[in-house]
Amino acid sequence: MDIQVMKVGVVSCSGEEIPEGTLCRLACRKVLDERPGETVTICLPLFIAGGEEERTFARNYPTITVDGCDKRCATRATEMLSGRPSKSLSVPEILQKHGLKAPTKLRHFGPEEETAVRAVAEEIARAVDEVLEED
Amino acid sequence: MAKNHRKVVVLPCSGIGKVFGALAREISYELIEKVRPGVAVTTCLPLLVIRDPGAVALVTENPVITIDGCPKDCAKKSVQALGKEPEKTYEALKFYTAHKDLKPEGVAEVNETGRKLAAVAAEEVAQEVDRLATEGRK
Repeated sequence: MDIQVMKVGVVSCSGEEIPEGTLCRLACRKVLDERPGETVTICLPLFIAGGEEERTFARNYPTITVDGCDKRCATRATEMLSGRPSKSLSVPEILQKHGLKAPTKLRHFGPEEETAVRAVAEEIARAVDEVLEED
Repeated sequence: MAKNHRKVVVLPCSGIGKVFGALAREISYELIEKVRPGVAVTTCLPLLVIRDPGAVALVTENPVITIDGCPKDCAKKSVQALGKEPEKTYEALKFYTAHKDLKPEGVAEVNETGRKLAAVAAEEVAQEVDRLATEGRK
């Protein structure tokens, strides 16, 4: 018998211009690597550049958006172009909750930034668990 | 000294699933931080998706170079969606095919060899940055 395993979509800010964008994508990547059977992602610009399959992403999967700044591109783009996210996470809020400073560089993260990456990844993983439990 | 000096916007792929997306991002950072700081600039690709006025103005009022990581060409298409054709487009894969001795690895970030390839590629893209920065406004 086939058992349908539900996956949770994770849509990350890519934030090329801000360190939080790099933090966002590294944390999302960590979750995707650690939860391969339960998570799936899409590159945010594919909502515009892709086809119908990409645009229905948030209707096909319960989706968690992860944003790097208060412009909330991931959440807004998902809402506008695909579907309403199940949960929306904010990196600045997660860092504040954990008493962590925002990273200051755009690339080549090291041990200093790893704590922040881990904290954000843990929050995403927790949100994945909650979405899976809800559905 | 060059006249009509202006910003050149470099937009990499925003992918987090493939090595050439990570390479595109690394090339862009090499350009804006080391090779052509102050001339080469970038903005967040998702800001174009949500039509952020500041990001849209930056892209529509300045020459744009896109560096895509896969054939879906998100960076290029995101610019085209604004009614503008990028002045120059690159595929990150082609930097590797031109420098086979530098095989990048990694998914979210490239390894040391990938960083070396990005440095080489950034020098090549810098020639285009210089041309676009100095040519007269159309």
